Amino acid sequence: MGKNILKRIDLIFKEEPDSKNVLKKTLSKSNDELINELIASGLKGRGGAGFPTGLKWKLTAESKSTEKYVICNADEGEPGTFKDREILTQVPYKVLTGMAVCGRIIGARKGFIYLRGEYKYLLKELNAEIKKFHAICDELGLKFRVEVFMGFGAYICGEESALFESMEGKRGEPRNKPPYPSDFGYLGKPTVINNVETLAHTFTIFQHGADKFRELGVKDSHGSKLFSISGDTPTPGIYELELGMTVEDFVNDFGDGDTKAVQVGGASGFCVPRKKFRETRIGYQGKLTGISLPTGGSMMLFNSSRSMYNLLSNYLEFFTEESCGQCTPCRVGTQQLIEGIRAVKRGEKPASYLDKLLALTETMKATAKCGLGQSVANSFQSIVENFREEMIY
Amino acid sequence: MDALQEKIKEVVAHHGRERHNLLPVLQEVVEQERYLSDYAMTLIAEEMGISAADVYGTATFYSFMDTVPRGKYLIRVCKTITCYMKGKNQILMALEEALKIKLGETTPDKKFTLMETNCLGWCHKAPAMLINDDVHTELTVEKVHSIIKEYKERP
Repeated sequence: MGKNILKRIDLIFKEEPDSKNVLKKTLSKSNDELINELIASGLKGRGGAGFPTGLKWKLTAESKSTEKYVICNADEGEPGTFKDREILTQVPYKVLTGMAVCGRIIGARKGFIYLRGEYKYLLKELNAEIKKFHAICDELGLKFRVEVFMGFGAYICGEESALFESMEGKRGEPRNKPPYPSDFGYLGKPTVINNVETLAHTFTIFQHGADKFRELGVKDSHGSKLFSISGDTPTPGIYELELGMTVEDFVNDFGDGDTKAVQVGGASGFCVPRKKFRETRIGYQGKLTGISLPTGGSMMLFNSSRSMYNLLSNYLEFFTEESCGQCTPCRVGTQQLIEGIRAVKRGEKPASYLDKLLALTETMKATAKCGLGQSVANSFQSIVENFREEMIY
Repeated sequence: MDALQEKIKEVVAHHGRERHNLLPVLQEVVEQERYLSDYAMTLIAEEMGISAADVYGTATFYSFMDTVPRGKYLIRVCKTITCYMKGKNQILMALEEALKIKLGETTPDKKFTLMETNCLGWCHKAPAMLINDDVHTELTVEKVHSIIKEYKERP
């Protein structure tokens, strides 16, 4: 533990010259040049889904409409994630700059930051930053305005189409896709929606060039990433690390010497047991050897004093409460899963009932309308399959 | 026109009558009134030209949109995994003891309401809680007692 095997990166929180510098730099380049630079950097969405950012901007730029929007998704609700709050606290100007450059490229004059209700204490300072930023935009002749939209305690609103619904004054219920936000986003208009960290990375790329970013990480998972590290670790906190690391190296750096499992990607992510630490890497699907897990950056460590049953039960409680209730597989599925594991634990159902529950998660994965219902299978399967005994006894 | 009617007229005029202003309107009313009464929802519906059922359906979707009266200081203790691991239950017990109420209740003087909530995003400083918009982290039983003492002395 505490071996410092993994290189610490300092890009996101690094003090940089203000927004004006980067904005000026981008104004001297064409939209195509900027998009190509972003594509060349290999930047993928840092909220967890990993969609190529350059491509997202390109598709939205190509969408025909007089009204378009840029939205910064700051509805950071995944259990174990807290890095976006820190970005908005320490370097909000990087995020605002990324939004304005995006606005210019796609043809949007309006941007929103959808801030989760739990972070409302940030609002005053954020608005002051936005005011300063508007003055810089005016000075450079950029017609771009940013507004904060407050969330109000709903995890599902971090799902992009639910977020649009919420901003439109409705229940935060995800939409069917397609159409995708690049064609039909907020108020039905073409919209780029990016995670806070993704936008902050675009600042680095426009300031220092694509190569500076691309030289970090591994093939198919370029760049650095902020990790929110919590649980049984002597050093919880936010760390910027290269993508592509093995869970084993991670545990050697951050574990307490008794790490039993690591939950990668929060409650909707995967639980990696000790025996799979070496073969599991953190990054997007691609040419990595062994198992490769994408993540929004939530890394929770559990030592041998923890009950994996309690862990799963806590996640399922979370999902049952946060399911929007719109589609049956998720609304009923989450309830059946939690009732099911409780029944097995109490001995009211045989151990083989766990297999029925596993089959149910497959159904949810295939039929739930959005990522919430589909991803319950990730933690359920990885916990039940690897820690079956703890579910029963 | 009663006071609430006047207030809602004002809030809606400030944000605008279009549907996409519904959340900011609801948020402002909750903040001022400390909850959203059936009457307030009906007035908002009238003022914005949408059905009361629609306003109710939207409002009750959001966990921070309280539809029953709450205390002046609304405490939300995080119950998600890391806070749970780091002793959220002891924190809750300390709060119940300090406030002489149970989870979900409001003190008779209407000053405090005690609730639980899902992940607050302070897992590295667990356990954590919100009191209204203010964050309190790395809680211990002693810390809880001193925080509550301080809030009790506030007007």
